[in-house]
Amino acid sequence: MLKIENLHAELEDDSEVKILKGLSLTINPGEVHAIMGPNGSGKSTLSYVLSGRDGYEVTEGSATLEGADLLDMDPEERAAAGLFLAFQYPVEIPGVGNMTFLRTAVNAQRKARGEEELSAGEFLKIIRAKAKDLQIDADMLKRPVNVGFSGGEKKRNEILQMAMLEPKMCILDETDSGLDVDAMKLVSDGVNALRDAGRSFLVITHYQRLLDHIKPDVVHIMSEGRIIKTGGPELALEVEHNGYADLLAEANA
Amino acid sequence: MMPKAKLKAQKQTRAAELVQPLPEGGAWVTRARDAALARWSDMGAPLKRDEYWKYTDPRALIAEESLQADLLDTGSEAPVFDAFDRVKLVFVDGVFDAAASDALALDGVELELLADATKADLHWAREVFGTLEARAQSPVERPLASFNTAYATQGVLIRVTGTPAKPISLIYRRSAEDADAMLHHVIRVEAGAEVTLLENGPLAARSNTVIEAEIGEGATLHHIRSQGRDHARLSAAHIFVRLSAGAQLKSFTLTVNGALTRNEAQVWLDGADGSAHLAGASVGDGAFHADDTVFVAHNAPGCESRQVYKKVLRHGAVGVFQGKILVDRLAQKTDGYQISQALLLDEDAQFLAKPELEIYADDVKCSHGSTSGEIDSTQLYYLRARGIPDAEAKMLLVLAFLAEALDEIADTELAGDLRDRLEAWLQRHK
Repeated sequence: MLKIENLHAELEDDSEVKILKGLSLTINPGEVHAIMGPNGSGKSTLSYVLSGRDGYEVTEGSATLEGADLLDMDPEERAAAGLFLAFQYPVEIPGVGNMTFLRTAVNAQRKARGEEELSAGEFLKIIRAKAKDLQIDADMLKRPVNVGFSGGEKKRNEILQMAMLEPKMCILDETDSGLDVDAMKLVSDGVNALRDAGRSFLVITHYQRLLDHIKPDVVHIMSEGRIIKTGGPELALEVEHNGYADLLAEANA
Repeated sequence: MMPKAKLKAQKQTRAAELVQPLPEGGAWVTRARDAALARWSDMGAPLKRDEYWKYTDPRALIAEESLQADLLDTGSEAPVFDAFDRVKLVFVDGVFDAAASDALALDGVELELLADATKADLHWAREVFGTLEARAQSPVERPLASFNTAYATQGVLIRVTGTPAKPISLIYRRSAEDADAMLHHVIRVEAGAEVTLLENGPLAARSNTVIEAEIGEGATLHHIRSQGRDHARLSAAHIFVRLSAGAQLKSFTLTVNGALTRNEAQVWLDGADGSAHLAGASVGDGAFHADDTVFVAHNAPGCESRQVYKKVLRHGAVGVFQGKILVDRLAQKTDGYQISQALLLDEDAQFLAKPELEIYADDVKCSHGSTSGEIDSTQLYYLRARGIPDAEAKMLLVLAFLAEALDEIADTELAGDLRDRLEAWLQRHK
């Protein structure tokens, strides 16, 4: 599904600041991978580089989604190809209704893939059902995108977008940050409902607790722009108990 | 800097050059016109050196040679407000066209043409005509409005006594490439009444309009104006409104294209608990200069006012906002708000803003802000990351930027019509 090889990236404005330094990662269809790592290890940058945010320069390596070169595409093309990033800090957009935003996005992707656009009625029917599962009320759908939403509401809104867009490859960037226990359960249930054999996930997190709800197949430890260790779910528990220090020391040894 | 006396003399000389014999009329209007001509001659013509003409050069508005402005072919596009049931009064090059207009009849309203009313020796309009314009000469002189009072022979007098079932719609069309037009409308909304006044279309190659409106106790005036989208036309428009206790004004202006637009508003909240909302959305690409000069005076306690002006500019287009909230010492518990913002779509566009507050009461809430900037790159990235193509995402963000001004229109269907026009314009100017 997603194949990243020897990826190097630096800040566009300051080539001295190198963030990704040879990252490699392969996620097969249906798999859930988690990336854990200390602050500043480049986890969020990885999500931005994959989704096409301005400000980063890829200097080496490749990233492909089902064989297609992601790095050669505009952000909207990556989305239409099936990539989805659930933002750590979902963006507020005053003046654009949440519903309008979602319908525009869904139909833009369908159009890009040569599929027929959803009518207003069809769209409404689908979104109502999905919003209900995430306990998103009609008012939240009508309000401007993320404006005045609580932290938990913003994260649920991200998962609603994911559910509506039905991507193949979902990247969740610290989706657990700012969530209480109940909200985390709701968000995780939303994610788990989307798990299937044709869809893969990359879950970026600091903490093991999210991985209690969204059970990963593979766990990677990231440090200084590279994956330094890969293992099963037990690796996340090791981090939880011992912190990163031992793993970092081991990698540097 | 030029001495004041010398500047004044220069203005008066220019004004004298433009003086002609006054139009014929009955006693009431002749008195008003004489007084207006005296004001014009005394104040003199506006010059760029005047404080409130610093950002907008008035020269072309008063030049003697006639102006050529191509007529815009809008093809099969229906005019603004076309889908709405309303009483239509059509002016072609600033002259009333009876054949193209509806009958001057609407329940709850007395409608009369200025050209007819001025034949009488007495008329209710005498209390308003030229009176509000004269009052509007302080604190800032607006000589073009006096010139209009003196010479305008076309316009509508509207006296609203009830709540008419449909809007009164003034439709402006052009047929000559070089016409000058002057319109002067008078509106009196009697206590408790409510009316919607629509204006749409380009008036003439060059135009000067004045609206004087009195809103009685507890009465409401909705005013929605769309100034056409002809490119080379020049327009100076004035609206002067006096509100009594508990009265409400909602005035919105859409300015699309136009080489020069100067929209002046002066509003007096003279009675307690009045409410005045003034808003404008302008979009310009290239040779475009749109100036909103807005004064709101709080003269009584407990009144609320909003000024919301949004401009989208590119390719050298210029936006100007000069806005002032004046709060008299009697106007305690005033709630005043003013925002002017420009979205600059490239580095050639320019926004000049002069926001002012002048407050003499101590228990008031007044806020103002002015910003100019480009499309927010984080918002744009978020939309694109969801699959919305760059151009479409930018359009969504531009419309979102303009939404706060459009939201000031009470009727959401009329607002929707204008929003659609803006969207179509943005599609054409991608």
